[in-house]
Amino acid sequence: MSVAERPGTAAADPSGRGAAFASPAAGEELTIVEPLIFEAGAPGRRGVRFPAATDAAREAAAGQPDLPASALRAEAPRLPEVSELDLLRHFNRLSHLNHAIDLGFYPLGSCTMKYNPKVNEWAAARTGFAASHPLDPASCAQGSLELEWLLAELLREISGFAAVSLQPAAGAHGELTGMLMTRAYHRSRGEGEQRTRVLVPDSAHGTNPATATMVGYETVTIRSNERGGIDLGALREALDERTAALMITNPSTLGIFEDQIDQVLAAVREAGAIAYMDGANLNAILGRFRPGEAGFDVMHFNLHKTFSTPHGGGGPGAGPVGVSERLAPYLPGPLPLLVEGDADEVRRNAWAGRSTPNARFALEAADARPESIGRVRAFTGNFGMFVRAYTYIRSNGDAGLRAVSEDAVLAANYLRVRLADAYDLPYDRICKHEVVFSGRRQKRQHGVTTLDIAKAILDHGIHPPTIYFPLIVEEALMIEPTETESMETLDRFVDVMHGIAAQAEADPDALKRAPTSTPVGRLDEAGAARRPDLRVDFRATASAETGSE
Amino acid sequence: MAYSPHTAADHERMLAAVGVDTIEDLFADIPPAVRAERFDVPPPLTEQEVRAEVTRLAYRNALPRISFLGAGAYRHLVPAVVGEVIGRAEFATAYTPYQPEVSQGTLQSIYEFQSMVCELTGMEVASASHYDGATATAEAALMACRLTRRDRIAVSSAVGAQTRAVLRTYCSGPRIEVVEVDADLADGGSGLTPVEAATAVLDETVACLVVAQPNFFGGIEPMRELADAAHDVGAQLVVLVEPTSLAILEAPGAAGADIVTAEGQPLGIPLSFGGPYVGLMAARMASVRQMPGRLVGATRDAAGRKGYVLTLQAREQHIRREKAASNICTNQALCALAATAYLTAVGPEGLREVAELSMLQARHLAAAIEGAGLGKRRFAAPYFAEIAIRIPEAARVHAALAERGIVAGYPLWDDYPQLEDTLLLAATELTTDAEIDALVDALAEVAA
Repeated sequence: MSVAERPGTAAADPSGRGAAFASPAAGEELTIVEPLIFEAGAPGRRGVRFPAATDAAREAAAGQPDLPASALRAEAPRLPEVSELDLLRHFNRLSHLNHAIDLGFYPLGSCTMKYNPKVNEWAAARTGFAASHPLDPASCAQGSLELEWLLAELLREISGFAAVSLQPAAGAHGELTGMLMTRAYHRSRGEGEQRTRVLVPDSAHGTNPATATMVGYETVTIRSNERGGIDLGALREALDERTAALMITNPSTLGIFEDQIDQVLAAVREAGAIAYMDGANLNAILGRFRPGEAGFDVMHFNLHKTFSTPHGGGGPGAGPVGVSERLAPYLPGPLPLLVEGDADEVRRNAWAGRSTPNARFALEAADARPESIGRVRAFTGNFGMFVRAYTYIRSNGDAGLRAVSEDAVLAANYLRVRLADAYDLPYDRICKHEVVFSGRRQKRQHGVTTLDIAKAILDHGIHPPTIYFPLIVEEALMIEPTETESMETLDRFVDVMHGIAAQAEADPDALKRAPTSTPVGRLDEAGAARRPDLRVDFRATASAETGSE
Repeated sequence: MAYSPHTAADHERMLAAVGVDTIEDLFADIPPAVRAERFDVPPPLTEQEVRAEVTRLAYRNALPRISFLGAGAYRHLVPAVVGEVIGRAEFATAYTPYQPEVSQGTLQSIYEFQSMVCELTGMEVASASHYDGATATAEAALMACRLTRRDRIAVSSAVGAQTRAVLRTYCSGPRIEVVEVDADLADGGSGLTPVEAATAVLDETVACLVVAQPNFFGGIEPMRELADAAHDVGAQLVVLVEPTSLAILEAPGAAGADIVTAEGQPLGIPLSFGGPYVGLMAARMASVRQMPGRLVGATRDAAGRKGYVLTLQAREQHIRREKAASNICTNQALCALAATAYLTAVGPEGLREVAELSMLQARHLAAAIEGAGLGKRRFAAPYFAEIAIRIPEAARVHAALAERGIVAGYPLWDDYPQLEDTLLLAATELTTDAEIDALVDALAEVAA
């Protein structure tokens, strides 16, 4: 858009309190709930100031080479010119337009929107961590390195894998890392050319096939059986000498534990393929199932899901990978290593809150493992997330982590049973941390789609479940309550869902108009894609202001 | 568990509703053969205990008193107001804005971020964010391969070693060949990417030339000439920039860049031992359908109210699956918000001051070391705010200074064996005259 297109900006919000409190003015052609930051301020107005250079610095620098005129910018970038208070009000008002865990229930399936404890934020903000440069000499960074080493040890124990790299920045990044290691492994055995296929169940996250493609693999889809598990016959048929890996989410995106997982793993191993586990749903199985111990070769963790680091509106996350012995040589580096001292002693001391005097940590040398797939990002990973996850794991401890999964699974099953009368349940069996309903009854009988149901949920101050995923469930509603929601919250959600089901019968058109209480209504997404408006076009603005084209 | 809301009575009621006797019954579907045999995680800690443990580790970091370390991550002022904005739980504890009606805060802030990135880089479209500058650069190179339908990439050796390593890892997936263009690293040489060297490598099989501006050594590359060399063979120019420099340096979009990437950490994001940071990517509108990562666009609702949505999602994994432009899903949204708040806080004047002060103190630093006869600039070309300086016995000197709490930059010889005895020193607006004096004094003492 251009900034010149600004009718109605002020009129939309006479309260001055920001968009969440504004209502659309009648007859207004275009209503803007909170203007863009570029529309605020005035030339020369500013927030943060910096000190002037000293004469000493100017004099000393005088003999050094100037930048060539050809490298200089002709005009300053048009950034906002606002006071600090203007800035704060703008972003605070924008924040009012968001739903968030700290505001209300957020049962977004597959995303594990649990409470993000505040002590984790306190931990990550410690100056010792926040001011730690990733290239500081190891002697300056023993605390950061020890924390990384300890977190990797805890993740190893939790998952049962032989080794862990913290480097990947998100789940999909961990998948890419896992598939690159898979290929390196097959190549080392002379089977790199032959093994070109990755088997993916039809219930898989979209990242799985997209990742396989990024590594040059072909995706073969394996159908699920009528119980929601992987079809063992179809899997055995597809597994052959061309198979590089099976990528599987367990519990699956249906929230179902793969109860033939031992047979699945045996078949994959027999075919000489790698067993990849998407760890997105680890929150269901802490202390109950350790994928590495069970026979998986590689798994990514989502620290932002299982280990409660805030989702940040779409990141940062962190996607460490755990691997079996046979994949360990290929892990991305550098790994944080304990280079002096006894590992048992360091762990024992750390669990007791003590440092080990003679212990020394360092990053692995760049050429330490010639078979490594190399770096997948700069430095050692999203360290701030490591601090939070470490704090979370230590706070919960063994008993707490087991209880996390117990309560997450109990809450999902509670919703499964309580909502089964109102919505179709395609796979009616004990679920793990999430349950997938279908809105097909509402659609067939009343013309109310799952999208309508989701939008109606918004009007109750609750974030809707994940919808239309997994793809194998018609009109899917994927609900993940997490372990941190009270029974009162779950009961209220049940009431809301029952109310919506009743309204679908009584007044389906009302649901089609939802949401009505949110800052904006349903937005024209097709129009957004047809006429992409992806930034403020200042040139268009300038020409509009001068009246020229 | 530490954050359970459930009472014993709640548990009983829920179990009864589900129709099972114990929690164990809910895990009966895990085959006995694969149930966890051990779970040797230490016992729970209370808040005061966990704070003590975190404090122990934070204090084990012996942070340098004075540091001239940059090499891809920079010590800048993070205005308090930036921390305030990203600390808002409404931003921090939301997720991907799949439901735009209750995500306008996140969506509009991303639209503002995209606008600012376009304005800084002189490009037409910017993505919502990538993991970091290195992965953004690697994804940009893969995007250039899709755009040109070619499968070789040329990268200047004056792009940092870590970025080149990530580029090689990403390219190893689809078997894209990575060829290096040797920068002029001779003693007293330019420290830049020679246009002739680029031309020698570029041909009709190369998808793109990847360069950094300023380059890893702080040098200002001849961008227009390098762009021409790439365009002459139908290749794209991918430029990795340092974002504060764009207050002063020509926008790469005006100098012929086709895809621009950046490590956004200098824009209000703490060093935090390497992350989370944020990767920036910007391109031409004509290339948008091959662009990886999320995009936010403006639109309206039925009542005519303006709003923002995730758009052009037909590029993305959750729609296209194996045909997606990338597998990227979760990115670095909160760090992009930090950058947006930072650029708003400093404004055009403040960003220029940051760049000018950084440049000035880098020149002050170089002049002070050279003036005291303690070292010599390794390269002749004009530089932004980072300088390669040759210092006799640099390894010993660097270690000795570290013991005194001074980090004298980044030793270059591990990444570049030909740059023995050479340190890469960075200055920012936080670098004081007193710190430069202290460095020179310490260098003199250690040299003696």
